Amino acid sequence: MSQHETDKNTAVLTFRQENFRRRSRYITVFAFLAIAFCVIIVVNINSGNVHIPIPRILEILFKGTGDSKEVDIIWRIRLPRILMAAMLGGALSLSGFLLQTFFENPIAGPFVLGISSGAKMVVAFTMIFLMAKGITMSSYSLILAAFIGSLISIGFILLVAKRVHNMAALLVAGIMVGYICSAVTDFVVTFASDSDIVNLHGWSLGSFSGMSWGNVQITAIVVGVTLFLTMFFSKPIGAYQLGEAYAQSMGVNIKWFRVALILLSSIFSATVTAFAGPISFVGIAVPFLIKGALGTSKPLVVIPATFIGGGVFCMFCDLIARLAFAPLELNISTVTSIFGAPVVIYMMINRRRGMK
Amino acid sequence: MSEKYFELSNLSVGYNKKTLIHDICLDIKKGEIVTLIGPNGAGKSTILKSITRQLEIIGGQVFFENEEIRTISYKDLSTRMAVVLTERLKTELLTCHDIVATGRYPYTGRLGILSHEDEEKVDNALRTVNALDLGNRDFNAISDGQKQRILLARAICQEPEIIILDEPTSFLDIRYKLELLSILGRMAKENNITIIMTLHEIDLAQKISDKIVCVSGDRVIRYGTPQEIFKEETIKELYDIDNGFFDPMFGSIELMKPSGHEPEVLVISSGGSGIPVFRELQKKNIAFAAGPLYENDMDYQLARLLACQVVTEEPFEPIGDDAFEQATALVENVKEVIDCGVHVGTQNARMKEILDLAESLGKLKII
Repeated sequence: MSQHETDKNTAVLTFRQENFRRRSRYITVFAFLAIAFCVIIVVNINSGNVHIPIPRILEILFKGTGDSKEVDIIWRIRLPRILMAAMLGGALSLSGFLLQTFFENPIAGPFVLGISSGAKMVVAFTMIFLMAKGITMSSYSLILAAFIGSLISIGFILLVAKRVHNMAALLVAGIMVGYICSAVTDFVVTFASDSDIVNLHGWSLGSFSGMSWGNVQITAIVVGVTLFLTMFFSKPIGAYQLGEAYAQSMGVNIKWFRVALILLSSIFSATVTAFAGPISFVGIAVPFLIKGALGTSKPLVVIPATFIGGGVFCMFCDLIARLAFAPLELNISTVTSIFGAPVVIYMMINRRRGMK
Repeated sequence: MSEKYFELSNLSVGYNKKTLIHDICLDIKKGEIVTLIGPNGAGKSTILKSITRQLEIIGGQVFFENEEIRTISYKDLSTRMAVVLTERLKTELLTCHDIVATGRYPYTGRLGILSHEDEEKVDNALRTVNALDLGNRDFNAISDGQKQRILLARAICQEPEIIILDEPTSFLDIRYKLELLSILGRMAKENNITIIMTLHEIDLAQKISDKIVCVSGDRVIRYGTPQEIFKEETIKELYDIDNGFFDPMFGSIELMKPSGHEPEVLVISSGGSGIPVFRELQKKNIAFAAGPLYENDMDYQLARLLACQVVTEEPFEPIGDDAFEQATALVENVKEVIDCGVHVGTQNARMKEILDLAESLGKLKII
């Protein structure tokens, strides 16, 4: 800790003064996120196999004129893809944040707890089942299937959590659920007909490619509504951070609150899995980084910042997935793992140290 | 029906539908400090958890201003009752201000945004517990004693009528214990806040409480004022003490008297001068006799518990023949007579004779 920081921590501040100081920090973080968000969008649209300079992008976006091939690339491919990356990244991060709140464990997340894999499994089942009957899945039924899968996994984790109160054991259970679901998915995929596999294989590894405006629209509605509801849960989440008993003594109806947390986080992670497949580590790394940047875990600021931060993180990772070995495209999880996993390792080391 | 404030009526409490303690009947008045005492695992915390609705009530009722507590909404209850729990908080990046501010929860809007008034109330609550300087420290970085004060400030900030505390003094050193209890005492007297708590330190419980609840086995064995409860036998029975004593007068705890029925030493003292000697002999496990002692002498209070024989005399009377003979017999039988600077005045003039006898036998040791 620097000398400056020590001084700051020992000086007596009234609550109002402290809040005033913190607000300026929050504003800085949000401003930084907003700038990063815009920059990454522009870079993302601008780069790729076909390079489109910025003035032309603005022309295409705002005037609707320009080279028809470039218009197509921007409007039909890059823009929906980047918007999906932004929204789903935010949704995934918030899903992680909600699960961490629920399990009172900063290393909980939809991927680690096997929730994404559960969603993936049910989606794969329904997809193959419906395709065999010649029906293509609508986006909503895709989300619904993923949602059911998420709930199945969470249900199992909750059963384990009831018996084992050890957090490490819970995570191991989650990882095992993840493996089982993935194995079942792989099994099903192996026996599916060829045309399905191509479709399913790319998706089951996680990718933002091939997003349509229809996807964007549905995601915007589902994620938007869920985000709105989550914001209104920031107050009880803040109470819950002191533990169940205190939260209840502050007037939170714990039973309903816990159900709501699980549903909200499942909707978020289900939407992500439905469209982009399972994506690892975002749900853990982003909330951690955001809390560190804001210097607080107060949900009212952490929730929106996590959403934006998750968007930025996923757009950045998607950019790398597209460009690193272009024209070959990487799985999104490959990239998020490279950036996310070290953060998680750092967290665990830090936590140990904090405990001592 | 008379207006009752907080009433437990035939309450049965326990875990998972299994009754641990049954038929609890308490009638608590506003502004009282009520302390639950009893052996470890007696279920004191279970009672507290049941009246705060953390645990399902198994039978009977709890009335808060004539309203059954289960019919009061959580939100409504939270403006009237606050808690300080034993479980440790796992917080992340929250300052003490933030923790205390959660006490404003029932009063803030849907998003929980604090008004300037709320912010001032947080500072005021911190001032009440003398922790204003801790406000912007990280909650994880402060000591247990400080944490306990912050959690009390949080409860105060909730502006309740009742504060319920589960073992608020555990982990605290004596200074913080005294400080915490004096804050509670002040809140009860000045702000008319009712305090219900559990304490392990029965000596402190005796001194701070208006009412004491003794929990043991599967029921409340006694409920009353400290004067009624703190009798040697009650405490002995409550904690099943067979290895020491509880002195209700000073609330002090004494270890067992030395084994052996034949005194090896006679201690002659007055006005407290014998107390350190008694303790020293007790530690060395040397059986001793004491006296002659007046029954209103403080030495008598301890000698009664630690000496195997005490020669006594009625207060303000000259030493009678009976006591004198007992004392001289002891002088002859013991190996040593310790004079702890006994004060010899006109009433106990015969003390001189006893001391002279000891001297002539070469047994007198003056300290």
